Amino acid sequence: MKQSLTLGKVTKFIGLGFLSTIKDLFTGNIDKEDFKTLLRKTIVPLASILLFIGLWHMGAKALYNKEADFKIEKALTDQGQAAADAMEACIASGDVSCKPNTLPSPSQVWDSYKSLLRDHNIIAADKAAFKEKTAALNEKRVADGLDEITYTGRPSFVDQIFRSLKTVFAGFLLALLIAVPLGIFIGLSPTLKSAFNWFIQIFKPVSPVVWYLLVFMIVKTLLIDSNEDSSFTISFISVGLCSMWATLVNTAMGVSSVDKDYINVAKVLKLGSFQKIFKVVLPSSLPLIFTGLKITLSVAWMVLIAIELLAQSPGLGLFVWEEFQNGANDSNAKIIVAMFVIGIIGFLLDRLMLTIQNWVSFDKTDAI
Amino acid sequence: MSTIIEQNQSNIITDNGLFPSNEVMLDLKNLKKVYPTPKGDYVVLEDLNLQIRKEEFVTIIGHSGCGKTTMLSMIAGLNPISGGRISVLGKQIKGPGPDRGVIFQAPSLMPWMTALQNVLLGVNQVFPHATKAQRNDIAKYYLQKVGLEDAFNKRASDLSQGMQQRVGIARAFAIKPKVLLLDEPFGMLDSLTRGELQDILIEIWNKEKITAVMITHDVDEAIFLADRVVMMTSGPKAKIGDILDIEFERPRTRKSVLEHDDYYKYRKHLIDFLEH
Repeated sequence: MKQSLTLGKVTKFIGLGFLSTIKDLFTGNIDKEDFKTLLRKTIVPLASILLFIGLWHMGAKALYNKEADFKIEKALTDQGQAAADAMEACIASGDVSCKPNTLPSPSQVWDSYKSLLRDHNIIAADKAAFKEKTAALNEKRVADGLDEITYTGRPSFVDQIFRSLKTVFAGFLLALLIAVPLGIFIGLSPTLKSAFNWFIQIFKPVSPVVWYLLVFMIVKTLLIDSNEDSSFTISFISVGLCSMWATLVNTAMGVSSVDKDYINVAKVLKLGSFQKIFKVVLPSSLPLIFTGLKITLSVAWMVLIAIELLAQSPGLGLFVWEEFQNGANDSNAKIIVAMFVIGIIGFLLDRLMLTIQNWVSFDKTDAI
Repeated sequence: MSTIIEQNQSNIITDNGLFPSNEVMLDLKNLKKVYPTPKGDYVVLEDLNLQIRKEEFVTIIGHSGCGKTTMLSMIAGLNPISGGRISVLGKQIKGPGPDRGVIFQAPSLMPWMTALQNVLLGVNQVFPHATKAQRNDIAKYYLQKVGLEDAFNKRASDLSQGMQQRVGIARAFAIKPKVLLLDEPFGMLDSLTRGELQDILIEIWNKEKITAVMITHDVDEAIFLADRVVMMTSGPKAKIGDILDIEFERPRTRKSVLEHDDYYKYRKHLIDFLEH
């Protein structure tokens, strides 16, 4: 049977159903009830975003003034009126040396965002030029059996994002490859369940920082002969180990709680264990496995920042840390930009998982 | 009748002597089921003896909780027996197997599979040496028989309860079991759908003549479908209370059964037993 793919179905599938209501608004086929839904789903969030930005703006201003007043006051008590006036003039001019260093305002953050993008374009152009310049040389070097010359310049903000995504997906994949099979075995066998239970209970609540240190101890020794930078390996393994627990527990639960009727059918038909697992047990536990995977991905993304920071592995976490250490004029604003980017990517990853879950799972009502 | 002649001819009579052993498909002997509880053992069934002949349709009726379902799941091999023995064609059963097909109360289809895949799940298992096309044909044949020729590729989760149970019927017949066990298969359906499915069941059964044991709460259903209605006493220690032979000719239609003079006699017999 062929099903037509409409905008409504697609948007609903990826959890953005309100988009189709907007389309209805433009095509004119909308009734009062739909209009109310539209209001609730678009206008209200929009208004709350504006409110949030407004409050942020006022809050940032108040913090700015407080710090500025304090600086002037301090100059006055320490060095007298002339110094206070100089300080006031300096602050008003926006000079870096005396500017209050506090929560940046929304407009500053927006400016930083644009400057980060500009910076990215410059670096990208630089990289392309470098590549062009070394293309002929590299060809020759490869032919001679030598390593290629690679671009070693500073990574841009966008490069950091992709590097972080790479780390998180590598970690997620590792978690998936460990947790799903292990979860299946634990769910199928009560013996394995009691063998692993203490392990799960103890290691599940361990903090990302400790996981990082543990992985560091092990990987450092394992790669002791290698000259390569191990920070990526260490960070993705740590991310995987931190985040796999939700999938492990959910898979085990899903597998051990398959509907008794399905198991009875499998028994009556005398399905072999392979068939039983792949035709009955796994499909029926898919919704729970995916719930676990969804949690795993969001945990992976969350701990990634802390782990990159510790591991000095390039990415958003390191970016945030470097900006904080840097203390430049717009460092705080850049940190806030990174915060929003992290949040938005986290949201998109969650949507991605939801879409995949809807795709593969039979139980359409279960997905939230 | 041929059965009478055979009975006269043969001296091979089983020890409790109801039917000649070569006619018996399913034999329950001194069957016992005990559930251990903290307050001591709870005896569900005790000394239950029942023989079911080949090509016979037997319905079992009794009050809720009397152990009908326990008995059926023991025959299916899904529930271990505490005493006595169950044999199919003289061979004691060991666990569940496709020689005893089951139609469960809930349709128990795999909701992520299509109707066809659900039937094929069993067919592939029972006919491993058939070609893929042959197995497909078997599955499709039975789905057609239950009136689902337009729903081969619909997911089970998209089918109505009644249609799901039709797939359940097709799945059970398609594996060609020796005995068909039906555990109140229509209990969850509305009366209109139930009537439809009874007709489908009896139509397909008339053709296949698979020995069937069916649990029901519905007196009319019990009479309409059965050659014999087995009445079970209330538990604990439930056993066979009475057996009623239904002598309507086959194939039956609902109309001819309802209009038959004996119908109300049978019905009264059953209701008297249940209200006793």
